[in-house]
Amino acid sequence: MNRITLLAVLCLPLAAFAADPAEVPLTIKNHRFEPAEVRIPAGQKVKLMIHNQDSTPEEFESHELNREKVIPAGAKSAIFIGPLQAGKYPFFGEFNEATARGVVIAE
Amino acid sequence: MFGAAIIVFRESLEAALLIGIIAAAARTLPNRNRWLWSGVAAGVAGALVVAALAGSIAEMAGGMGQEMLNASILGLAVIMLAWHNIWMARHAREMVDGAKAIVRDVADGRRELSAIMLLVAMAVLREGSETVLFLFSLASQGESTGQVLTGGALGLAAGAVVGYTMYTGLLHVPVRWFFTVTAALVLLLAAGMAGQMARFLIQGDILPPLANPIWDTSAWLSSNSAGGTLLHVLAGYDPRPSAMQALFYLGTIAVIGLGMYLVRSPSPARASA
Repeated sequence: MNRITLLAVLCLPLAAFAADPAEVPLTIKNHRFEPAEVRIPAGQKVKLMIHNQDSTPEEFESHELNREKVIPAGAKSAIFIGPLQAGKYPFFGEFNEATARGVVIAE
Repeated sequence: MFGAAIIVFRESLEAALLIGIIAAAARTLPNRNRWLWSGVAAGVAGALVVAALAGSIAEMAGGMGQEMLNASILGLAVIMLAWHNIWMARHAREMVDGAKAIVRDVADGRRELSAIMLLVAMAVLREGSETVLFLFSLASQGESTGQVLTGGALGLAAGAVVGYTMYTGLLHVPVRWFFTVTAALVLLLAAGMAGQMARFLIQGDILPPLANPIWDTSAWLSSNSAGGTLLHVLAGYDPRPSAMQALFYLGTIAVIGLGMYLVRSPSPARASA
């Protein structure tokens, strides 16, 4: 029993590294996020792959997700989020706050 | 903006105090102003070179490098703030006394007058290049250039006013009082920057968040309210920190606080000896 417990504990870090976080695409176009609703599983780390197709830079920002990152014009950039509890996590583009809005839904 | 004002005030305060003391003590020397201003100009030029380098370094960042660069700059700023606070804990008094001693030596003809210029230039360069790095870290935390520059100008003006006040007669004000208050502010700023550094490393998947978040005070004081913003720039307030951020924050306060305590403890013994 003890040996099995020990083995399980030793394997924990491996399990954490073994599974690459799921990659979720997100596009910025005409100062809007597409899709505006991003559904991800709760309790898992996720890699948001953001592609800015506009000719201006955008800053992905979310107080709820505690993230901020400038995505240069035409660039693809990754942001790691989570693991999250189930719920809604709004985000916005700081440079075009009026139109660039979206929400991550963890479920 | 307030964070930039505090940082520039803190940095320019030290250079301004030093210049004020030197200017007062060297009052009777010929050509004093020429040497003083040459020193200031040389220091500003050196600080601008550092500023230019910092800008081009920033443009090279792309992809995950953005998180790495932000984290590195914040880390460097934290280390410099830590070194600065610990060094000041030991040398605040000696620095003031030392500056007077050099000027006395100059007055007695034991040193070249150019020593004054060098002293002023080094003070301005050191404080100036630190200021550039700190302003740069603030900008990397999302403050706009305009806000940072406005805050910087306010801080510089306030620093110059204090330096001039020092020069015109406040030579007897307890200098260490300034240093104690500003040292506490710098300690919180450093801890806040360390927390931000951890956040960038988590965002880039270099560190695990451990627990995410460990608390949520956003309903009570949100980060985009005026109070939340003020607390964020002053003390690194984050309504939803991860456990790793909190560890970095508290660890920084502990390490710098311990460093300040350790170097400070011998001074009462030395003062009574």
